[in-house]
Amino acid sequence: MRRTATAVRTLLTALLMAACGGDDDSGQSKAGTDKGPMILATTTSTQDSGLLDDLVPRFQEDSGCSVKTIAVGSGEALELGEKGNADVLLVHSPEAEQEYMDSGHGVSRKAVMHNDFVVVGPADDPAGIKGGDSAAEAFTGIAKTEAPFASRADESGTNTKELSLWEAAGIEPKASWYIETGQGMGETLTITSQKQAYTLSDRGTFLAADNLDLDLLVEGGTDLLNPYHVIVVEGENVDRACAQEFLDWITSPKIQDEIAQFGVAEYGEPLFIPDAEG
Amino acid sequence: MDAVLEVLGRSAFVSLSATAIALVLGVPVGTWLALARRRGSGVLATAVNTGMAIPTVVVGLVVALLLWRSGPLGDLELIYTLRGMIIAQVLIAAPLIAGITMAGLQALPAELPDQLRALGANTPQLVVRLWIEARVPLLAAAMAGFGHAISEVGSATIVGGNIHGQTQVMTTSIVEQVGKGDFNDALVYAAILLALAFTINAVLTSVQQRAAAWAQS
Repeated sequence: MRRTATAVRTLLTALLMAACGGDDDSGQSKAGTDKGPMILATTTSTQDSGLLDDLVPRFQEDSGCSVKTIAVGSGEALELGEKGNADVLLVHSPEAEQEYMDSGHGVSRKAVMHNDFVVVGPADDPAGIKGGDSAAEAFTGIAKTEAPFASRADESGTNTKELSLWEAAGIEPKASWYIETGQGMGETLTITSQKQAYTLSDRGTFLAADNLDLDLLVEGGTDLLNPYHVIVVEGENVDRACAQEFLDWITSPKIQDEIAQFGVAEYGEPLFIPDAEG
Repeated sequence: MDAVLEVLGRSAFVSLSATAIALVLGVPVGTWLALARRRGSGVLATAVNTGMAIPTVVVGLVVALLLWRSGPLGDLELIYTLRGMIIAQVLIAAPLIAGITMAGLQALPAELPDQLRALGANTPQLVVRLWIEARVPLLAAAMAGFGHAISEVGSATIVGGNIHGQTQVMTTSIVEQVGKGDFNDALVYAAILLALAFTINAVLTSVQQRAAAWAQS
């Protein structure tokens, strides 16, 4: 019996050590960040573009809020917000966002920027879609020739967009040529390239990814717009002050100008077009 | 390069801390399982051995459900922190350490505990003597626990969040680079991570082999 008690005590001590003994990582955030930590849940596509690595440290300096950026799919980001596990969201899944706001999980929502989706595929283009500007037409061509198409199938903003495009084309993509990867945009582009399939990608991730044997085939259609919104989460544990400050900050003229310049030096074209009207 | 070293240091810190705590938890449990002859210990031994096979992503999910703000331990604010990651890795490494400890002690001559007791050893003296006899497998347990912790990516992603500059470790960084298609960077990080694992295991192995040589002399 005594041995059991000792074992229990050892266990508790060890757990306490884990809870208290670890390096105080909240103290590692930049000097002058005394508020927060605010959790920003955003999408892999914004993180992979490098935009947040640029903006978040600046926001920490300007606001004094320390930020933890979690990059997940838009679906998971909204889920984190719904449970109050994040304070502010930067997502691109307009219909799901509207639903989210309608069910009262958000305090406010504002347009930040957009980029666009592109349809990419093999250079020899077996479905003959190159040069078009309508995604729905391109998808119809792919389905008709049964050329392989890779879907992220991960409930991300890109995946939601892709499914709505199939619906607009009147096609139910359930066939052997329709590959569901269940992974992020970068991984899915790699799989698409290896299988010489088609896929829908946001422009930024496609431009930033190396080692791809894929061509940009369809771009510019109105059905390919990819708008990002910032949402302040509703919830009792939410750090609303920092979240609201982030919303105001990222939609301010100064930061909007910077978003417009982001990526120009590296890719020769901007990755995002600012959307907030002043 | 500074960024790589920072991430590398974080990996080493999290996994070494987790291994140390997992040793404190796992070795006593494994010892008890090896010595206990009472009902129920068989079930626990099976549970420990099953624990060695739990996917790290499942451990991560369960720990995250507990630590998220919406979870029962949300007030501790451990989600997306190094401490949270250490807790998850302790749960990953401890069953491995307990299992190998148990097997190592059971491999000792079966009559050894009774002989030591006949010589007048009390329980703490008995246990310490057995640990000294089994020091080679115990060091193997430490190395296996550390190896499991430093190489895992499932719980580090969910519990840590791969936050740049805060909770990003080598494995989650490699996954991010693969996701971006930066295979070159991913391979460089992988090589550096292996170099770290090699260094730490070289130290432990040299201790272990010296201990083994001493046992034979």
